[in-house]
Amino acid sequence: MTSELILFFILAIVAVASAVGMLLSRNAVYAALYLILNFATVAVFYLMLSAAFISLVQVTVYAGAIMVLFLFVIMLLGAEHTGRLSESGWMFWTPIVLGAVLAVEALYIILRQWKAIPATQAAGSDFGAPAAVGLELFQNYLLPFEVTSVLLLVAMIGAILLARSKKA
Amino acid sequence: MDLALLLEWIIKSLVLILILLTSFAYLTFYERKALARIQVRIGPNRAGPGGWLQPVADAVKLIFKEELTPAKAYKVIFVIAPMLTLLPALIILAVVPFGSSITLFGRQVSLGITDINVGVLYIMAVASISVYGIVLAGWSSNNKYAMLGGIRSSAQMISYELALGLSIIGPILLAESMSIGEIIDAQRGIWFLFLQPVGAIIFWTATLAEVNRSPFDMPEAEQELTAGYHVEYSGMKFALFFIAEYMKMIAVSVILAALFLGGYRGPFVDQVPLLGPLYLFVKVFVLLFIMIWVRATLPRIRYDRLMAFGWKLLFPLALTNVFLTAVGIILADTYGPAFLWSIPLMSILAFLVVNYLARDRIATASAQAVSFRR
Repeated sequence: MTSELILFFILAIVAVASAVGMLLSRNAVYAALYLILNFATVAVFYLMLSAAFISLVQVTVYAGAIMVLFLFVIMLLGAEHTGRLSESGWMFWTPIVLGAVLAVEALYIILRQWKAIPATQAAGSDFGAPAAVGLELFQNYLLPFEVTSVLLLVAMIGAILLARSKKA
Repeated sequence: MDLALLLEWIIKSLVLILILLTSFAYLTFYERKALARIQVRIGPNRAGPGGWLQPVADAVKLIFKEELTPAKAYKVIFVIAPMLTLLPALIILAVVPFGSSITLFGRQVSLGITDINVGVLYIMAVASISVYGIVLAGWSSNNKYAMLGGIRSSAQMISYELALGLSIIGPILLAESMSIGEIIDAQRGIWFLFLQPVGAIIFWTATLAEVNRSPFDMPEAEQELTAGYHVEYSGMKFALFFIAEYMKMIAVSVILAALFLGGYRGPFVDQVPLLGPLYLFVKVFVLLFIMIWVRATLPRIRYDRLMAFGWKLLFPLALTNVFLTAVGIILADTYGPAFLWSIPLMSILAFLVVNYLARDRIATASAQAVSFRR
């Protein structure tokens, strides 16, 4: 348990530091790299919670696919240098206000439910196994799954429609 | 945690890394010799008897070369990028068993680092992060040729990853497991190559693109990009890219052997477990020869053709193959296992149809090109 705790705190420091680094870096490529590091740390968190499937999907989808596209676009457009944000603009204040709301909300829930949190118990041997996840997804959550897939399909068709050349 | 188990893992990881490093060195020798033979040359034959010390000479040369860092490069990333390229190549084989278990010093030792129940996903995850090293190398060099090489490679790898992932679904469906060990065990009777011929071809083509091997070595097209993403690298940093490329060749060959060729399985492997690694070695050796053979035979394809091929041919074909595999498995479940053979029949039919359509399309495309020229 203690070794797990030590590991948790090291990972937590990396996660928070990479998130702060992402916010503070002036260069968009570095920001993207910090975000990738953050995603990777979250994946290791999942692994510590013995959810190997979610962890690897996190790496494949977020760190692998989505962030590669982000990086690709940043480099292709040459948009590395974002410049300094003005400290009075709405792009500066809105995130701070929203972040404060989220923090207060989270604190409220944690403090109110402090006693109600059940003691941790060891996960079952087939917890997070691909078969278990698949069955759960296709039996109990079939409708959300299908709705998500339709949503992605619509986005894909929209992108193709927008990118299509006029004459074809 | 059991200390002996920890020690066993560390020793096995070290052995795997050492094997990969040595086999990388001799893979370069193998490639140069085989290429030379195909091109009616002799190849390296000066260093040591028959040229067998050539890899050592190469290593010494690369270590003592001067290392340059461009003045306007992004230094930190410039240094990290080669390591990021090498890392996935080193860790990707951790989930592939190299044999069944043997008894060593009174301990049951399984040959292979670990066999997790999401092994295939692990391979996909590592493959998906392997593009970063190349992209970052291209960007941090602050050189337009390097940059173009990096962007090309990221576009290429994203495109071919789809077909790659879909081609792996075939073996997963047939073995009903994502663990590489169980997929290998499911091939006890028959290799998945025969049940999934189209899947194996798609996998092979997509991995050639993933590891930037000829004829898909666009990121390093010399005529267009001088050398591509590693043009500013020299000395040991360049060597790391070189090592990564050849290690990836080995890694994808091992994975293909595990998914479609029965991995370490062969005659008498249940009685003599030590035969397992040997069978795997032979299979990988043959697959590597095919890679070298392809390089010696096929010219590099044009970049727009490469993207069109990936998206318009390989991807739909892979989707069709997944669908047909599922249909075949349902047929086999309802009418008996003999119907499993409908999978190769249907998928080869689909392959031929796509092939015919593609030829038709390419013929009209080149006809159009000719008419434009007039």
